Amino acid sequence: MIHRIPPGTRDILPEEMRELRRLQVALSSVFERHGYGEVATPTIEYDEVLARGDERGAPVAYRFFDADGELLALRTDMTVPIARLVATRLASEEPPFRLSYFANAYRAVRPQRGQMREFTQAGVELVGRDAPDGTAEVVEVLSAALDAAGLTRAVIGLGDADLYPQLLAELDVPGGQRDGILELLAAHDLVGLEREVDALRLGAGESETLLRLPNLRGGAEVLDEARELGGAAVERASQRLAATYSALSDRGVAGRISLDLGLLRDLGYYTGAILEVYDPAVGHILGGGGRYDELVGRFGRPLPAAGFALYLERVHIAQAEEERVGSPQEARA
Amino acid sequence: MRLGTVAGSRARGDGALKLAVPRGALFGGTVELLDRIGVDTAAIRSGSRALVFDGGGLVLVTMRPSDVPTYVEAGAADLGITGKDVLIEQRDRAVYELLDLEYGECRMVLAARRGDDTMAEAERRLGAMRIATKYPRAAERHFQESGRRAEVIEVKGSVELAPLVGLADGIVDLVDTGKTLAENELEVREEIATCTARLVANRVAHKLRATEVDGLVNRMREATR
Repeated sequence: MIHRIPPGTRDILPEEMRELRRLQVALSSVFERHGYGEVATPTIEYDEVLARGDERGAPVAYRFFDADGELLALRTDMTVPIARLVATRLASEEPPFRLSYFANAYRAVRPQRGQMREFTQAGVELVGRDAPDGTAEVVEVLSAALDAAGLTRAVIGLGDADLYPQLLAELDVPGGQRDGILELLAAHDLVGLEREVDALRLGAGESETLLRLPNLRGGAEVLDEARELGGAAVERASQRLAATYSALSDRGVAGRISLDLGLLRDLGYYTGAILEVYDPAVGHILGGGGRYDELVGRFGRPLPAAGFALYLERVHIAQAEEERVGSPQEARA
Repeated sequence: MRLGTVAGSRARGDGALKLAVPRGALFGGTVELLDRIGVDTAAIRSGSRALVFDGGGLVLVTMRPSDVPTYVEAGAADLGITGKDVLIEQRDRAVYELLDLEYGECRMVLAARRGDDTMAEAERRLGAMRIATKYPRAAERHFQESGRRAEVIEVKGSVELAPLVGLADGIVDLVDTGKTLAENELEVREEIATCTARLVANRVAHKLRATEVDGLVNRMREATR
């Protein structure tokens, strides 16, 4: 007789667990070395607390009532619980806070390789440090974490969450169409984008800006290309990105950065810099993050903040794929 | 030419870009497009039963159109060509839609028996119409978005059969010339979408192999004009 487990969950056996644990230890020592102390928060939170952090965030996978009839939910990430923690448990302490975590989170997704409903995140949050230096510190820790995981080919995409909302406001795009365009940009549906932009009947230059920006990605030269497109929103985003990039150069980690004006993350709380992590050996995104300067304030303590989370299982898959790619036996297969 | 020459192609991030090519109705248009942008299509045209071909600077892998988003999302193919109907149905696949290739045009429609009112009657008296389709999620969404309720019945074979024998009140299906509908005494009641071939890309490939991807997109855009 088969006793089932819920879809999107899994058992982990010793051989895999040993490797996951080794990876976790490697990451943990990087976090500690940079002064990020590990915290834990409850797996379950009040639904209203999670919603306060991010009403249009990752889809909650599990909600249920406790014995008092209170609505609980399993957290979808660690950033919102840590924002709550900073505003409550650490309320009397002075920022900055450097916190790290290894924790399971839960999202209502279609289960497939590297994407389960229950998954482990490894990450850091730096609360109380402004852009660009706070962002650069977080990216430096992320870069060291990727090296410690052996993913020396991994690339960090760096974009700006405020670029499109500000650009669409500048172009006076009305609310409904604005949301539609942001959705198309998040999905990177460039065919749909072209259709919607045509429907706006903007000037040729403005249309070109909206259609070309999402494709600008690469080294520092993309900022020049962006600036040529013109407009105040593009100029401001380029300046923010340039400032972050130069802070990253100072820290010696600009080499693995891909500046990406097409980057838009699906979580609602990001402001300013946003990050995504790629490895050429796998087709999935290994992690992400960015600035969330307004999130902690929603819990009553306005503080600038930035962080990242790596999907531990996906990083593990990337390690395995990198080994396979690197081995001469596979090349002959 | 066959699998041997593209050995090591598993090593993603290296070697030539892999393009998923749809078999079936879009195959002809796709091969013509590849010819126009200078890809070597001799092998893929040969009728060989191989699945992986060397296109000279581009590895071509052939598959069912509905499998293209799966391969591209996972990064097993860097890019792919498939119909908009497939993308509508598999909307939760995280792939980038880069280009409308404009061939393979057909319409996704709601159709019912000619001069027959069962669809409206079912909605009026029973609160929902029964709709047979190969595109259950697209159909479901179409009715939701228009504030109606439908019992969507998924079928794999000839959808036109369903309303003729009383399995469903109407169908959601792709129409090219409309000949099949007419032969089965069905008529179009609502247009849902116009579908053409689309170029899609894996998210990581789009970021990490930007120059090559953009180069291919530009060649295809030129050839489509």
